[in-house]
Amino acid sequence: MFPLTSAVQVKGSRRTTVDWFLVLIRVVLISLIVVGILAFIAQQIDPENAFAKWRNPGANRLTAAQFKGLVVTGLSQGAMYGLIALGYSMVYGVLGFINFAHGEVFMLGAFTGFVTSNKLAEAGLWEGAAFLPSVIMTAILAALIATGAAVLMERVAYRPLRGSPRLIPLITSIGVSFFIQNAVILLFGPGAKSYPSNPEWLQQKRSILTFEVEGTKILVLIVAAISMAGLWFFVERTKTGKAMRAVAEDKEIASLMGINVDRTIVTTFAVGGAMAGIAGILWGLLFRSVIATTGFLPGIKAFTAAVVGGVGNLGGAMAGGVSLGTAEATAPLVLLEPLGVDGVSQLRDAVAFTLLILVLLIKPTGLFGERLSSEDRA
Amino acid sequence: MTAASVPNAAPALLPADTSIDWNRITRFGGLLALGLVFISLAGMPLGLNQRTVIEPVLSLGYLALMWLPFLAGYNVGNEIVLEGMEATKKGPRDLLGGLIVGAIGGVGLSILVLLIDNFDLRDPLVNWSPQLLEFLNFENGVGFGSWIWIPFCGLLGLAGASLQLMSQTMRRAVMTVILAVIVLSVFEFLIIDIVDPLKKVLYAQQGGLKWGAAIVVAILAAAFSLFGREPISQVRSNYNDATGPEKSRQTAVLIGLSVLALIVIPMFTGKITQELLANVGIFLLLALGLNIVVGLAGILDLGYVAFFAVGGYTTAVLTSSNRGEDWPSWFPSEIHWVLALIATVIMAGIVGLIIGAPVIRMRGDYLAIVTLGFGEIIRLLFLSDWLNGYFNGAQGITNIPPADFGIFEIKGTDPRSVFYLVLFFAAISIYVSWRLERSRLGRAWMAIREDESVAEAMGINTVNVKLMAFVVGAVLASFSGAIFATKVGSIFPTSFLILVSIIILVVVIVGGMGNIVGVIVGAFVLIGVLGGPKQPGLLQEFSEYKLLIYGALLIWMMLKRPEGLVPNARRSRELHQDEFLQDAWLKGEVDDAVPDSGDVDGTVAPA
Repeated sequence: MFPLTSAVQVKGSRRTTVDWFLVLIRVVLISLIVVGILAFIAQQIDPENAFAKWRNPGANRLTAAQFKGLVVTGLSQGAMYGLIALGYSMVYGVLGFINFAHGEVFMLGAFTGFVTSNKLAEAGLWEGAAFLPSVIMTAILAALIATGAAVLMERVAYRPLRGSPRLIPLITSIGVSFFIQNAVILLFGPGAKSYPSNPEWLQQKRSILTFEVEGTKILVLIVAAISMAGLWFFVERTKTGKAMRAVAEDKEIASLMGINVDRTIVTTFAVGGAMAGIAGILWGLLFRSVIATTGFLPGIKAFTAAVVGGVGNLGGAMAGGVSLGTAEATAPLVLLEPLGVDGVSQLRDAVAFTLLILVLLIKPTGLFGERLSSEDRA
Repeated sequence: MTAASVPNAAPALLPADTSIDWNRITRFGGLLALGLVFISLAGMPLGLNQRTVIEPVLSLGYLALMWLPFLAGYNVGNEIVLEGMEATKKGPRDLLGGLIVGAIGGVGLSILVLLIDNFDLRDPLVNWSPQLLEFLNFENGVGFGSWIWIPFCGLLGLAGASLQLMSQTMRRAVMTVILAVIVLSVFEFLIIDIVDPLKKVLYAQQGGLKWGAAIVVAILAAAFSLFGREPISQVRSNYNDATGPEKSRQTAVLIGLSVLALIVIPMFTGKITQELLANVGIFLLLALGLNIVVGLAGILDLGYVAFFAVGGYTTAVLTSSNRGEDWPSWFPSEIHWVLALIATVIMAGIVGLIIGAPVIRMRGDYLAIVTLGFGEIIRLLFLSDWLNGYFNGAQGITNIPPADFGIFEIKGTDPRSVFYLVLFFAAISIYVSWRLERSRLGRAWMAIREDESVAEAMGINTVNVKLMAFVVGAVLASFSGAIFATKVGSIFPTSFLILVSIIILVVVIVGGMGNIVGVIVGAFVLIGVLGGPKQPGLLQEFSEYKLLIYGALLIWMMLKRPEGLVPNARRSRELHQDEFLQDAWLKGEVDDAVPDSGDVDGTVAPA
């Protein structure tokens, strides 16, 4: 009836009470989603519809422009989640542990962007024709800093722990995340830091395929697409990328084939860090504000995206990020409001976590399949 | 120590290498310089400068910088002596190493002084201030400050390195002296609170040990370390060697004495100490619960704060006169605390089952993230407008009455009563953990922690057993939540951030996973000295830096001592299995093929 979810069941033990409870949870969650979406459709057809009124007496039709706006917001946020998720996915693929501190790498990128962009704005370089070169420079700098942070944390905290039980590096990475977050608070102060405002021409809305999209979001999507394409080329078409894939498949055999495993792992961290750094800049351009805890929630959500797309699967990570972003942006209005939940926008984060739980319950290998080494497949 | 170095060790008794390891020295020096600059820019020296350690020579601010070169100087001469290798003889080489490392670190600070003097980076870096410059200059001008740190740090490094040259007893004596002075000065407040007359004898008017008193304390500590250790280790080995009824009699006396001390001490202390003890107790309860989940069953639950929140909110809803308005009228309200506690425990058990059931089959690391998600979801729900009618959203539930037991009342304004209540529940929790650890269930948990597949093959129903761990942990956390709600008198979603989970995890890990004594030590040391997520500890000046320190401690413990300060014997064997096997192999106690750890990547087991 439902896909087998764990090795325990595969071994052929019979269903226990817990299994039935899990089936119940799945049924309840899925029927909630179905009912919510049906109520939304009913409300779109006619807000006076009895079914739409059933849970949400104040039902109102969502206009097409509103809906498209939600989708575009979701896509641009999802693209950032996807970029961060690549780092989680690659590290999990190679080392088999969740680098909890990866969200902080992203935050460091955003902070580098904050410092650089403000210095550039003081020099009058954050507007007009100078804007694009400035952004590119900032992005490169942020990627460098983020790469440096990722490589440093690998060297200091994770390399000595290679081969220890799986939870040990995870706990260490929680410590690293905590440390970086609080170090940034102490160095830069606890308040929110704002980016300089983007130039007029970037803020303007443009019409693409009937979608009215803000220029910043277009920029985010373009940069994300370019980075993704670059990463794909790097992993699939270069020798280093081949080495990375080999190490992810089996470290021992890879080292026997003459691959420098340590160096490949460092490369993995570096590439993941660079992607997170770029995502950090995009975050800054889009929300124009960054605080030391910025990395926490996007980090967790990016991990969710990696799981949704299938851990170790790069295309999956990007697709997972985009679907998570869209789900998170639309679900409050499409799913929760028709179900009669108040204050839905506060529950956006809860939506992301619920999605994570749902995916792990129903399809723990992700939508596009995991790519893990044999020892990590559990 | 690592597996990778084993093949080199096999040809035993290599001649010791006597040349200076410049590579190591520059690496240590560079790291030291970075560390010192980071500490300065993080604002620790300035923030801590208000507090004096020894009047008038040493403040906590300078100490915040001084310990690092000392430690680096000591560690640069450290080496790992493998089984079958000979330790190199310590000599002037190590002293020189320590001196150079310290001096390189000092160069870092000198450069910082010159940079602060010439550039203004205060915009992003909040501590890039003239005050920091003054501090680093010893208030003597840039000309002095730009070079003084180089010899100063060099000497500290030298002092650290000279520890390497001392005999074991001497080194221990020096350490005891340093520790005694620092502890006495840090605990100033507590000591005055308990024995008031000591204030005039030991401490200066404006705080800090008097220098004369510091010398006396140092001499006493040295004397104790040199001559007092023998009787103490005698007593200890007597206790360790005792068996049967004799041992349990001694244990009973020990526990009785500590309980008596904990009951008597709060009677003579002021409110602030009592408050501190009450906070430690609340977190100790949480840590004991998490110890069962993480330490015994090996389930990394990062959303443990959820159970704390459920406990607190259930008690609040049932006892407060100011809960949300949407509760149906039949729902019990303003009931007695004990009844509410029973309901809280049941509720926590149910929530434990609900959260536990979906996650129990997941891989350990997925489980960690998902429980983290649950912890956050529960907080978001308490905070949301959706359930505002029940939990009052961000305003929280206020007017939680004191717990009335007829003869006495438990209320937040009387921290001593809270402490006694916590003590009672801590005693229950400790007893429960202790009995569980030795029960069939406890052994099943440990078996799962060591290897789930094997445990299952041995006939353990892993799902049920792991769920039990969740439920027991949830119930223990709900005690803590119930007490917390009554103590504070009101309850807000912001008290239940993920931060709380992580701090409790640090307490359990630093203390020693799976060891009750370790968890108690961890709670007293960390929560008592540094403070909880929002509660101040003894070092109130540290409140800004404590989260940083918690993070650093977590990393350091995982890297150097994953079994914690007070290790659990079995757990520590699990964590160091490779090393035990290697040592055994090098000693020739095991057959050649044995060191097959299986999970050490890139290492070929020596044949």
